[in-house]
Amino acid sequence: MEYFVIIIGSIFVSNIVLAQFLGICPFLGVSGKVSTSVGMSGAVLFVMTIATIVTWLIQTYILIPLGITFLQTISFILVIAALVQMVELILKKISPPLYQALGIFLPLITTNCAVLGVAIQTVSKNFNLLEGVVFAIANAIGFGLAMLIFAGLREHLDLMNVPKGMRGVPIALVTAGILALAFMGFGGLV
Amino acid sequence: MNQWKNFTKGFIKDNPVFVLLLGLCPTLGVTTSAVNGLGMGIATTFVLVCSNLVVSLVKNAIPDKVRIPSFIVIIASFVTIVELVMQGFTPALFDSLGLFIPLIVVNCVVLGRAEGFASKQSPISSILDGLGMGLGFAFALTLLGGIREILGNGSIFGFKFIEGDAMLVFVLSPGAFIVLGYLIALINKIKKTA
Repeated sequence: MEYFVIIIGSIFVSNIVLAQFLGICPFLGVSGKVSTSVGMSGAVLFVMTIATIVTWLIQTYILIPLGITFLQTISFILVIAALVQMVELILKKISPPLYQALGIFLPLITTNCAVLGVAIQTVSKNFNLLEGVVFAIANAIGFGLAMLIFAGLREHLDLMNVPKGMRGVPIALVTAGILALAFMGFGGLV
Repeated sequence: MNQWKNFTKGFIKDNPVFVLLLGLCPTLGVTTSAVNGLGMGIATTFVLVCSNLVVSLVKNAIPDKVRIPSFIVIIASFVTIVELVMQGFTPALFDSLGLFIPLIVVNCVVLGRAEGFASKQSPISSILDGLGMGLGFAFALTLLGGIREILGNGSIFGFKFIEGDAMLVFVLSPGAFIVLGYLIALINKIKKTA
């Protein structure tokens, strides 16, 4: 039951992009086409899950026993940066097709605040490892869902006759606002 | 003259939020009121000035291949300082900014200026650039926070001037996207006519 609450809560109620404003850069940057947004979501799902597991282990077995939790920010961002590089190298060796699909998105993920944000939240909410993994996967799905819907909307938006001053980013932001309004409808669910 | 330009370009011409579209996550996330926007802007300015200074001082000592990780460590150190100082002296602001303070590390404005400007320029130019960009960022956040607070809460910097409820949606998440969208359109318009 508890896992169910985490999943629904992360995907719909407090959606990572539309309610918590994490990962806005890729949300606006690579949502021009549905196909690239699928690739980006896949890469985020992959990195976010691994990063949450590793940072949780570091927090529990290194930072807390040694009493150096103030180093949390530094150690987490370094681990995530190293991890992204490692994932990139491993994927290149083991699974070239997967690397082809996700490759160009991986370097961008280091500066995606959604990954660091979820890692910090997992720790500050005192989740255990399994809850943390569920939380990370659910958030990544929420990110993918918002990306996909938004990319679909933007593909249509390209064909519309938008007033000159509003073309490009402004109309995309207003569209995202209306989408966020729609997601607020899930408010009372959990 | 040139130094003056390093300082002023961050306000309108190369404003990090409205023109370069960098650092949008904290921009949208914390601007529920003018005070929050200003607080976040000042915190980011501090990190930006300090990291720009240190990066430009050590730029010759860092091998090219490990420069991005080194920059991240420098930035993360200053973010930790800000985090501890705010926790100690302004606990209320610390609570309302919450998660977004550690996330200054991944704010693209900071890393972007370190990589794009400070790693090539003299310490003094880098400080001025950091200060200008930081104040431009703070200006954008305060403006956005102020507009959202007026429309959504009927108050500005905490002073209430409308009795009862205003349009609450502007304080909630959809309002952030919509107000920023119209602000960017407005800035585009101003830049074109100027």
